[in-house]
Amino acid sequence: MPRPGFVLDVDRSTPPMLFWHGEKFSLERLPSDRSRVIYPAESFPGLKDPQGAIRDALENPLDMEPLRALLHADMKLTICFDDASLSLPKMRRPDSRQRIIEAVLDLAAEAGVDDVHIIAALGLHRRMHDYELRHVLGDRIFDAFAPNGTLYQHDAEDPENLAVLGETDHGEVLEINKRVAESDLVVYANVNQVAMDGGWKSLVTGVASYRCLSYHHNPESLQNTRSLMDRHHSALHHSIWRLGKVLRDNGPKVFQIESTINTDAFPSPFEFLSKREWEWTARDRMTYLATSKALNRMPRRAARKIFHGIEAPYAMTGVYAGFTESVHERTLEDVYRQHIVEVEGQTDILTLGVPFISPYNPESIMNPILVMCMGLGYMFNMYRNKPLVREGGVIIMTHPTYRDFHPVHHPSYIDFFDEVLADTTDPAVMSEKWEKRYAEDEWYRHLYRTGNAYHGVHPFYAWYWGAHGQQWAGKVIIVGGDPTAVRRMGFTPASTMDDAFELASDVVGRSPSITHLHVPSVLVADVK
Amino acid sequence: MRALQVRHNVRRFGAARLLSVTSPKASARIAPVDLRNVEDPSEPTGPGWSKVRTRLSGICGSDLALIDGHASTYFEDFVSFPFIPGHEIVGELDNGQRVVIEPVLGHAARGAVPPWESAAPADGDDYAHLVRGHLKPGIQTGFCCSTGGGWAPWFWAHDSQIHHVPDDMSDETAVLVEPLAGSVHAALMAAQHTNHHLTDTESPIIAVLGAGTMGLGAIAAVRGAVPNARIVAGARYPHQMRFAKGLGADVVAPGDEVARAVRRMSGAHRIGASLSSGAHATINAVGDSSSIGLSINITRPRGAAVLLGMPGDTKLDLTPLWHREVALLGAYTYGTEHIEGNDVRTFDLAIELAARIQAERLLSATYRLDQHVEALAHAAAAGRRGAVKIAFDVREDQ
Repeated sequence: MPRPGFVLDVDRSTPPMLFWHGEKFSLERLPSDRSRVIYPAESFPGLKDPQGAIRDALENPLDMEPLRALLHADMKLTICFDDASLSLPKMRRPDSRQRIIEAVLDLAAEAGVDDVHIIAALGLHRRMHDYELRHVLGDRIFDAFAPNGTLYQHDAEDPENLAVLGETDHGEVLEINKRVAESDLVVYANVNQVAMDGGWKSLVTGVASYRCLSYHHNPESLQNTRSLMDRHHSALHHSIWRLGKVLRDNGPKVFQIESTINTDAFPSPFEFLSKREWEWTARDRMTYLATSKALNRMPRRAARKIFHGIEAPYAMTGVYAGFTESVHERTLEDVYRQHIVEVEGQTDILTLGVPFISPYNPESIMNPILVMCMGLGYMFNMYRNKPLVREGGVIIMTHPTYRDFHPVHHPSYIDFFDEVLADTTDPAVMSEKWEKRYAEDEWYRHLYRTGNAYHGVHPFYAWYWGAHGQQWAGKVIIVGGDPTAVRRMGFTPASTMDDAFELASDVVGRSPSITHLHVPSVLVADVK
Repeated sequence: MRALQVRHNVRRFGAARLLSVTSPKASARIAPVDLRNVEDPSEPTGPGWSKVRTRLSGICGSDLALIDGHASTYFEDFVSFPFIPGHEIVGELDNGQRVVIEPVLGHAARGAVPPWESAAPADGDDYAHLVRGHLKPGIQTGFCCSTGGGWAPWFWAHDSQIHHVPDDMSDETAVLVEPLAGSVHAALMAAQHTNHHLTDTESPIIAVLGAGTMGLGAIAAVRGAVPNARIVAGARYPHQMRFAKGLGADVVAPGDEVARAVRRMSGAHRIGASLSSGAHATINAVGDSSSIGLSINITRPRGAAVLLGMPGDTKLDLTPLWHREVALLGAYTYGTEHIEGNDVRTFDLAIELAARIQAERLLSATYRLDQHVEALAHAAAAGRRGAVKIAFDVREDQ
């Protein structure tokens, strides 16, 4: 039985804590008697028979007929699936999505359905490379569907292939992929890593247009999303659920399949990352030292290649199918069961070790904007009820924050950093002044549609993702970051953790309480 | 008189050229320019010559290129050794009138017939007069052994070269007039070419690469000549960026980000190293191969790239020039400008510009003639050392 997550009070005997520092790690000693560390639960065991569990879910869905009963020969079936932003790191083959879609295709074949399209629901993310599609879907599906053009990726900028399905009572227009809109049945294959994912968000963002996404991907929504991991207190999710209702009322029948995975993110020799520091064996310590020294010496590009080459030994822990909202409630129960850690009270300083990866740089570079997005967007939002850090407190992140961008994946990020952040770091101001120009830039549009680039507006969305954390914190410090890049983002650079604590004292005094969110793996702090 | 004089010494030119890469000061020390007692230049024959006592004389990139052996061999026939450098000059006539010098030794100065009656020294389409007449060869004062130059207590200037300095203009501002005249000329060339490609509602995009004296001057001149222009400036150092912004650039970017900035402004696609469209005109105030290549690649097809900075022996792939049909224009100096049907002397425009932008703020440091090693080293590393224009102050030597 895996041990649950818990809160460790740091005393003099507590060993230094592991912090991610991009493609490196460091061990940092936290002040005793006023620091605490929040540890996630140990990884849950995976399902013994995931294939059987999927079949069972398809035969016994929640609040819908079995999938078999929904399939008939002359129908138009569309299968959508989560893109490469999930899972992080990418899971070992076979990916949960492959297992799910293969099971769906088996049933479709039995029913004689031959009009089947498979669409990567990438929203405004970059198009997946073929090798990524093979990894997620398996060779069999890729080879059967890609050559004849029935496996493809959603294009949010293709006016010929978008359809409007209606409008919410808030004036939000649901505009989605036309093939999806005109299908008799849409099956969504999801892999759920955090509580933010799944539900109506899968389709309403994954196959939507820029116009449709802009109703909730904006500073006002994100500043009132408290938190991303708690959809009932998230303005973003409220908007998405309103749009989901339009989809349910006016759109195709949707058969949602959501799967959860455990937190077993790192294979050998990186298992020590998921262990609690005082339980490290001599071998773990040696591995840490050897790995750490090697990473410090090797070029950044080589370190990046190693980490992005990791295939996580994630295992499926649950799978549910049927009506989207019913399915998602069960998924959330499973996700929370694994992720929730109860925490008593807020803290003056929250420390976060920011890793090499975020949802927006699979196989790519963690540029400064993504560091902000990961730290203030994702990691800060790993809470329910109240943020871990008190309002006006200090967030300290560790990351090299190099001014380095992937020119193919993130072309508009480079301009955003050079032009927009040089002008303002205020999400509302940049939204008003700059967003439209980037969203409508023909070059970015071309690269998004035909290459492997994120949409021109995406750096804005990444920045908005951190808007709540940015607004909440009294100061944000990045330890070990490139000072110019850190300052460009409106944050404060520090050379060491002690230096950061010293800088933080201007805001929170000389004896602040400190909380470290231990990463990996994933947890959601339920702050009382 | 004691003056700085350049002699033709191939070994010292070579050594200075080698050292200039690593140590501007060592290069200045070994360069064949020395402070020495020189024979007073005799008054050139013909009417209209006046003795001008130097007050301030700037150090130009072309001076440095000649001194440290980087200048093109093209100029070998257009200079006469030994010469006293200095062509950015504010000086004083015997009657106490302060003047700036339009240094080109044109037709009138050389006793040749001007191309038209009111022509400026640099006007015309035949350069034969530069090596003929009663003066030794020399494109300008400061490169001709007959007239002397500004890096001396005095020199000879012809009436055709002399412009009076307004009483309320300081020497420090006036010494910038000559380089600003070059900037104005380039800006007007860019503006003229830009007009051919604009719709009624479109604001032209003009890129300026380089933010030394000439580049900064070009930014200010473009802002004056084309008020609605959208100016993208490439600058390397923080003080250059501040000046560029202050003088009217809309966007200032480091050199390696200029292409992206122009792309953003023009909404172009980026295709390999070049933009699908780009700036209507680009003024290059750098002059090296990579910046000229960049100028062509960021200028829209059938636009113009204006070379303001003195280029040297350059290796360049001209395929983009050919394919984009970009006009590559040299902007050597100044002369007569044709603006809205009127002929105007570039120098008069430059005097106005110098006053308008308070050009003395671009003069970073002055040195005495006997401090020439430090002065030349400072000028050679001006950007890196936070400076713009370095000049000799000869007022105490009068």
